[in-house]
Amino acid sequence: MTAPALSVQGLWKSFGALDVLQGIDLEVAEHEVIALIGASGSGKSTLLRCINLLEPIDGGRIFIEGEEITARDVNVDRIRRRVGIVFQSFNLFPHMRVLDNVTLAPRKVAKLSRADAEAAAMKLLERFGLAEKAGQLPDRLSGGQQQRVAIVRALAMQPDLLLLDEVTSALDPELVAEVLNVIRELAAGGMTMLIATHEMGFARDIANRVCFLDAGRILEQGPPAQIFAEPREARTRQFLNRIVEAGRL
Amino acid sequence: MTALGGPDSPDPGGPVGLPGSRARRRGHDRGGAVRSTLVALVSTVVVFGILGYVAVNSPGWPAVQASFLDPDIFWSSLPGIASAFLTNVQLFLIAEALILALALVLAVARSSTSPVLFPVRLMATVYVDIFRALPGVLVIYILGFGIPGLNLPGVPTDPFLYAIVALTLIYSAYVSEVYRAGIASIHPSQAAAARSLGLSQAQALRHVVLPQAIRRVVPPLLNDFIGLQKDTVLVSYIGVVEIFRQSQIVESGTFNFTPYLATALVFLVVTIPLARFTDWLLGRQQDSSFAAGVKAGRARSGAGGTL
Repeated sequence: MTAPALSVQGLWKSFGALDVLQGIDLEVAEHEVIALIGASGSGKSTLLRCINLLEPIDGGRIFIEGEEITARDVNVDRIRRRVGIVFQSFNLFPHMRVLDNVTLAPRKVAKLSRADAEAAAMKLLERFGLAEKAGQLPDRLSGGQQQRVAIVRALAMQPDLLLLDEVTSALDPELVAEVLNVIRELAAGGMTMLIATHEMGFARDIANRVCFLDAGRILEQGPPAQIFAEPREARTRQFLNRIVEAGRL
Repeated sequence: MTALGGPDSPDPGGPVGLPGSRARRRGHDRGGAVRSTLVALVSTVVVFGILGYVAVNSPGWPAVQASFLDPDIFWSSLPGIASAFLTNVQLFLIAEALILALALVLAVARSSTSPVLFPVRLMATVYVDIFRALPGVLVIYILGFGIPGLNLPGVPTDPFLYAIVALTLIYSAYVSEVYRAGIASIHPSQAAAARSLGLSQAQALRHVVLPQAIRRVVPPLLNDFIGLQKDTVLVSYIGVVEIFRQSQIVESGTFNFTPYLATALVFLVVTIPLARFTDWLLGRQQDSSFAAGVKAGRARSGAGGTL
């Protein structure tokens, strides 16, 4: 049996006196799409940032395909190549054209030639309808386009696992769909993804499994039909009721 | 942003307000602009007229005019002074190149966070503290007289060399702080995005943080460059024959201060355009960051929205 794509064991993370993650256990199989839901501050973003090693962890272990990435002597940069992350605020490099945003890591990290990196990048940009934006600077693009570029930038490193951190939260409502469609396409293509989101309808459609985070723990997890229709935990019910009241589900 | 966005990019104003309102508003603006220009002109003429009148009618005016404003001495000393200024130009161009490089190294060292690099950070901090604290003239004196005075074999004695070294030491301390402010102004999410793609810390700095930081601090860098240009006269103290020393030489031969006025004019001619350019650049940076915000807003709300 092959090792799971991602395995998180007893992950603990504190910011000062605040314990943001209090023993997260999570296993993700290859090609699986996991939606992380929960209130702001429940630890969704921190969990993703820990998996990408952007935050040093305070306890527990994380494995990618059986290899422990939280071991002391691990090469952090090599791990990060296998795990892509897309942020809520896009974080495109504003001084670089779209094409250079996408090719920077392939050229500098994967050591591709500029021609090879650009050819691959153009293919990706075309696939997501962004080819004509290749020569533009990010601030000429709409938020939805910028976020799609950010996804393409992460994909250019051909990660085994893609982490999406509330990627539609900073977008105007009418631009959300174009980004969600990209993620749907990735899911259909078999990309293993961990998606922190407030888009409950989307989570229900796309996820194989939904995890409800509450106060730094995964309080409940299961198939979307079960979590959204008959949550076991009172906290989950409360959370979902508020979402329904707000007309978001 | 800044140098890259800019006015050349196509930005149709978009349908703002009612048709015709824009033309009306522009007409109103023009009337206001003409009136303010007139007011500024009149007040300038009045103020400088009064100042000039007071100066020319002061009891010491004839003496000042004779010792500072002698046209014959002005024209006869100008060629020598202008050619001595070439030495200042050499000084500030060579020193500026060294300053920009050394200051960047210092700023990067001070911005490092790794515990292994603590000694580097400490050295850079001590360096910046010392050379910002010492008056420039003292550094120039100590280096220019002290080191050649050691009479060590093989140690050069050319004052020009010590002038360059002293100016570089003094200014790189200041300029490193400008760079450091620029680096600190780049949001950590930029470095995080670069690191998340697998770039090392050095690569993230080199390709993502520094290009943005340096672009942002070009105006203050130019400001320090103007300061450096003027401070090149300080090295006259260690025997470099540059513009100030040259005007002293003329003065001691003619007992007339007009050469200093010529020197002052040379600096004005060189420095003012650079100062104007710096202001223009700063204004454009502010405009374009505002325009970028508006554009992003429009792009977000679909084409053309109202503001």
